[in-house]
Amino acid sequence: MNLAPETGSSATSPGASESWLRRNRQALAPWLFLAPGVIFFLFYVIFPILQSFNLSFYRWDGLGDPQFIGMENYRELMDDRAFEVSLWNNLKWLLLYLLAIPAGLFIALFLNQTVTGIRLYKSLFFFPFVISQVVVGLVFSWFYDPTFGLLNQVLAWVGLGPINVLGDPTLVTYGIIIAGLWPQTAYCMILYLTGLNAVDPEQVEAARLDGAKGAKMLWYVIIPQLRPATFVAFVVTIIGALRSFDLISIMTNGGPFGSSRVLSFYMFEKALSEYGFRMGYGAAIAVVLFLIMLCFIAYFLWSMYQDDKGGR
Amino acid sequence: MKTLKGTVAGLALSLGLATAAQAELSGTLKIFSDMSNPAPRAVMEQMAEEFDAMHPDLSVELTVIDREAYKTQIRNFLSANPPDVANWYAANRMRPYVSAGLFEDISDLWAEPEIADALASTKGAMTLDGKQWGVPYTYYQWGVYYREDIYNELGLEEPKDWETFKSNCQKILDSGRKCFTIGTKFLWTAGGWFDYLNMRTNGYDFHMALTNGEVAWTDDRVKQTFANWRELIDMGAFIDNHQSYSWQEALPFMVKGEAAAYLMGNFAVAPLREAGLGNDQLDFYQFPSINPDVELAEDAPTDTFHIPSGAQNKEAARAFLRFVVSADNQTKINGGAALGQLPVNSGSSVDDDEMLNQGFEMLSSNSPGGIAQFFDRDAPAEMASVAMEGFQEFMVFPDNLDDILNRLEKARARVY
Repeated sequence: MNLAPETGSSATSPGASESWLRRNRQALAPWLFLAPGVIFFLFYVIFPILQSFNLSFYRWDGLGDPQFIGMENYRELMDDRAFEVSLWNNLKWLLLYLLAIPAGLFIALFLNQTVTGIRLYKSLFFFPFVISQVVVGLVFSWFYDPTFGLLNQVLAWVGLGPINVLGDPTLVTYGIIIAGLWPQTAYCMILYLTGLNAVDPEQVEAARLDGAKGAKMLWYVIIPQLRPATFVAFVVTIIGALRSFDLISIMTNGGPFGSSRVLSFYMFEKALSEYGFRMGYGAAIAVVLFLIMLCFIAYFLWSMYQDDKGGR
Repeated sequence: MKTLKGTVAGLALSLGLATAAQAELSGTLKIFSDMSNPAPRAVMEQMAEEFDAMHPDLSVELTVIDREAYKTQIRNFLSANPPDVANWYAANRMRPYVSAGLFEDISDLWAEPEIADALASTKGAMTLDGKQWGVPYTYYQWGVYYREDIYNELGLEEPKDWETFKSNCQKILDSGRKCFTIGTKFLWTAGGWFDYLNMRTNGYDFHMALTNGEVAWTDDRVKQTFANWRELIDMGAFIDNHQSYSWQEALPFMVKGEAAAYLMGNFAVAPLREAGLGNDQLDFYQFPSINPDVELAEDAPTDTFHIPSGAQNKEAARAFLRFVVSADNQTKINGGAALGQLPVNSGSSVDDDEMLNQGFEMLSSNSPGGIAQFFDRDAPAEMASVAMEGFQEFMVFPDNLDDILNRLEKARARVY
């Protein structure tokens, strides 16, 4: 047995590997901690996205063998009127949903004072965000009900004829967006309330000494300091608008005759609903929606990157 | 999931002995069912228990899945983890699974005299590509359910022809009510109106050809159907804002007497009675003839049992299907205390219920044209969804008809 040299060599070689680990510990540790997240993200987000892209080139009912048809699904989308309607409705959602940001800001400014019972008022304003979208949809459906709904009762008092908001193809999308704005405004309000807590009192004081007040104070001193809150509110509102689905499903089921569909709902109808199961076509719609979202996501990431660079 | 082995052995004695010959069945029989509402669920559990008790060596495992969820789950479990018996619907609704080879061809069962003779009336609905793919267990009539008291008050008769139908409607309108309630939010109710108007205008064969994609939607005969429909719409026969209501939400209009009738399936009777309409207030008539040259045909959707092609215990599954359609069992499960619908076996007796008796009478002796399933079961799913959306639009904006029909025609070119 020749132990001595062996122990000697074993002392050096594992020592070398240990030192490699040790040397790279700083670089490795974050990756090790990230690994579960990254793996799940790849498996449940990136991979399905790629799969959807792939699926959109096939005709498949979910049962038999998929049949490759190239760009056929996209060609069909081009002259599918239901798709066009969904696209326009998505645009309406995107634009009008943004109203939640100024509305949330003003409610937050209004509630940002020290009055007895302000906590209760804040809770009441925040309440719509806590309840489920399904409940919001139901409540608004009753509100809009053409025969028994509160809306028409009120309209009748002021002598206006009954309107069927959810049954009128020109009004229905706006009606649902208003329902959606209710919880979304509450969300933005909370974001701004937290933002207002962080407003620097010294700057406000300084501005006041310089004679700023009212709208000028708001515009030049407060709002610039709320930029982070505005950014987050913008992100969640845009994403919320593009994901709109539950309210449509609850309130109109896409109707009347498909006039309140948006892309996400249309995709569900084509791919997964009772009369659907055109997986390829649904995937093609999903890809279009994804590409639209990608524009915003890219902008958000870019903007955050810029902030990071500027901040350090 | 629940195993019922040997639970109610005594029940076996009280049963018809149609399945006695298969007493040597063994193993497990897995049943997936969508009969999830309380009454149907009790029926299904009872059937499973009895069948289990009849076969000492066989254990029956029943899984009841929510009816709506079932519609999406069936695709997964048929291909991944098939049970031995599964619920579904007749006609084109089973086409995707038949085409994909997921349902077992059970023409052999239909060749057996007991089934061939007793179930002859529903054979067409179970046949695709010349073979049979399942057995029915219940069906129910469609027709016009109306407020008898309002008709009496206005001195109206049950209409037998289109002219009376319309003049009745006019009198109802003049009395400040609507003729028909309907809720088209979920579209299919409009499909029922189209079925009847088209079958009365052009006949059963034409209707079948249309739902099979053999006739253009822009055909003049289809336009005639819509012209007849439009007469009612222009009169103001239907309640306003029906596009905002589900079929249940449209019931109160009839209960409160604001609308006089409802074209619906027999399942509407129970909620109408629960809402307080008594036997002297609620009655039923067959949709009247429009074109005297065509024979009357009816909608009577059939619910079914199938054997998935991947089933493990096909012998037991076949025995269960025989048991389900047997005359005694049919009488029992379709009785008023259970499903309250019509039995499919001609040897069964119909529950003593005013509507069911009238419906049975109508389907067995006064629908020489044939029995259709329903628009969304006769037409392929994709065509049905586009078409029913068009029907809803037509009922709100009848002027859009040409546009709608062109859209349907485009869909037809793609779907079939």
